[in-house]
Amino acid sequence: MDSLKKKVIIIDYQLGNLFSVKQACDTVGMNAKISTSREDILNADALILPGVGAFNEAMINLEKLDFISAIKLKVSKGIPLFGICLGLQLLFTESDEFGEGKGLDLISGLIKKFPEEHNENKIKVPHIAWNKIYSCNLDWRDIPLFEFNNNEYMYFIHSFYVKPTSNLCVLTNTNYEGVEFCSSILENNIFATQFHPEKSGEKGISIYRNWATINNLL
Amino acid sequence: MKTIRVIPRLDIKGPNLVKGIHLEGLRVLGKPSDFAKYYYEQGADELMFMDVVASLYERNSLHDIISETAKKIFIPITVGGGLRTISDIKEVLRAGADKVCLNTAAIKRPQLIKEASRTFGSSTIVVAIEAIKENNGKYLAYTDNGREFTGVDVFEWAQRVDEFGAGEIVITSVDNEGTGQGFDVDLVKKISNLVSIPVIAHGGVGKPEDSLKVLKGSHPADALMISSLFHYHYIKENESKVSNEEGNVEFLKQKRNFHTFEPCSINDLKKTLTENKIECRL
Repeated sequence: MDSLKKKVIIIDYQLGNLFSVKQACDTVGMNAKISTSREDILNADALILPGVGAFNEAMINLEKLDFISAIKLKVSKGIPLFGICLGLQLLFTESDEFGEGKGLDLISGLIKKFPEEHNENKIKVPHIAWNKIYSCNLDWRDIPLFEFNNNEYMYFIHSFYVKPTSNLCVLTNTNYEGVEFCSSILENNIFATQFHPEKSGEKGISIYRNWATINNLL
Repeated sequence: MKTIRVIPRLDIKGPNLVKGIHLEGLRVLGKPSDFAKYYYEQGADELMFMDVVASLYERNSLHDIISETAKKIFIPITVGGGLRTISDIKEVLRAGADKVCLNTAAIKRPQLIKEASRTFGSSTIVVAIEAIKENNGKYLAYTDNGREFTGVDVFEWAQRVDEFGAGEIVITSVDNEGTGQGFDVDLVKKISNLVSIPVIAHGGVGKPEDSLKVLKGSHPADALMISSLFHYHYIKENESKVSNEEGNVEFLKQKRNFHTFEPCSINDLKKTLTENKIECRL
C-alpha cells in the first residue's frame, strides 16, 4: 500500500535530530523517508526541511550534497514544502549576522539574532520556551492551523528569527520578552514554522496531519 | 513576557525510575515509561532523563528507554549521564533525544562544550552544575551526582559554560535536593544574573509555593526541574500500578519520605504559578 501513497522526503543534511520529525509523520500516516539522496528529493511528492544547528553549516552541507538546485526546482514546480525551525530560516535570502550567510532565497527576507537586551531588560538567548502564536494578517482557513485558536502554545528553541521583506507571507507572530517575531509563514506551496510542531504535543502533531491532508499526502 | 517551563526529571538506574536524597540513597519507584507517559498527559513542558549511575560505569544506557518514549511523547526530551564524547552525544540524539545534558565530562574537559555546541548547535547542549555550599559560604561544583569533589567555583564555572556555547544550565542544589525544603533561591538567582542563557532551577521543591521565590523578582529562573513532588503524586494516584514487584514496595507503602512533601500534579503546580501571575502553558 505504501508504494501507492505519496512520497514525503525528510531532507537530511546531516545536522540535528530527525527522529522526532519522522515519528510525527508516521503517527499521522504519511509515507515519509529520511534521505540524503538528491534523487529522492527530485522524485518526492512533498518535502520536509527540518533542522537544528547553525545556519552557515546547514547551507554548506546543502551545497555539498547538491540539494540546493533540487529543492529550488521542486518548489518551482509547486511541490509542497514544510520547513521547520532552521528549515524556515534557510528559505530566506540571507543572515545579517554572518557576512556571507546566503540562504536558499525562496522567500525574500533576513535572518536576525535576538538582541541581548530589550528596553533595558536582559533577554535570555536561546529562546527556549512554549510560547503563543497569534495571527498576523493571513486567514487560517484551509491551512495547517485551521483548527487552532489564537494564542496556542507551541515549543520554540532558537537564537535567530526571520524578518520577511513583505509581511504578506506572515502567518503568525510571537512575542519573546517584548521582541515580536515571525513564527510561521505561508507562501504558495511553502509552509514553515519557527517552532517545532513535532515537539508541541498533540496540537503540534495536528499541524503535520493537517498539512498532509490539505496536500493530499495521506 | 516569558513563559516558564516545568520539567519533570526522571532519574534512571538500569530499567528503573529511582529517587534519592541529596542525589544519593536511591530507591526504586517504578517503570520510567509509565511515569513519562503520565507526565506528558499532565502537561509537562519537557522531560529530563538522567542515567544516575552512568558516570560510574562511563556509559549511558538509556537508548532503549529513550527510543520507546520518543515514539509516543511529543515534547522535548533531554538525556544525561555518562556522555563523554561527540559520538556518545550523537548516539543518544539518534535514539530520539532532543538535547543532551553534560556534567562530569564537561568539567574534566570544558572544551567538550565548545565542540558539542559547534557540532549540534548550542540549543542542543545543556550543562548540569551540581552545587554544594561549603562551610565558608562558597559554592563548589561536584560531579557524579554530588559524589566527586572538583574544587571548581560554581559561579566562575557557570560563566565559562555560557562562554563555551552551552544553550542552557541546570543548577542543582545538592544540599536541598530530595529534602523538600525549597530551592536554594540565592544560588539560582545569582547564576541567572551571571549568564546570558536560560537557567533551570533544580533541587529541593517540597510544595508548589516553593517554586514562586525563584520565579519572582529580579533574575528569575527560566524553568523548573522537579522530581520528588511529581513522583510522589504519581505514586499516590496510581498506587495499584506502583505496588507491584518493580517498586521498592515496603518503602513506597510506608510513604516514609513523603512528610516533607506536598505531592502535586504538574497541572496543579502550573495552576499555582498562573494564580501568582507567572505565565506557563496550561
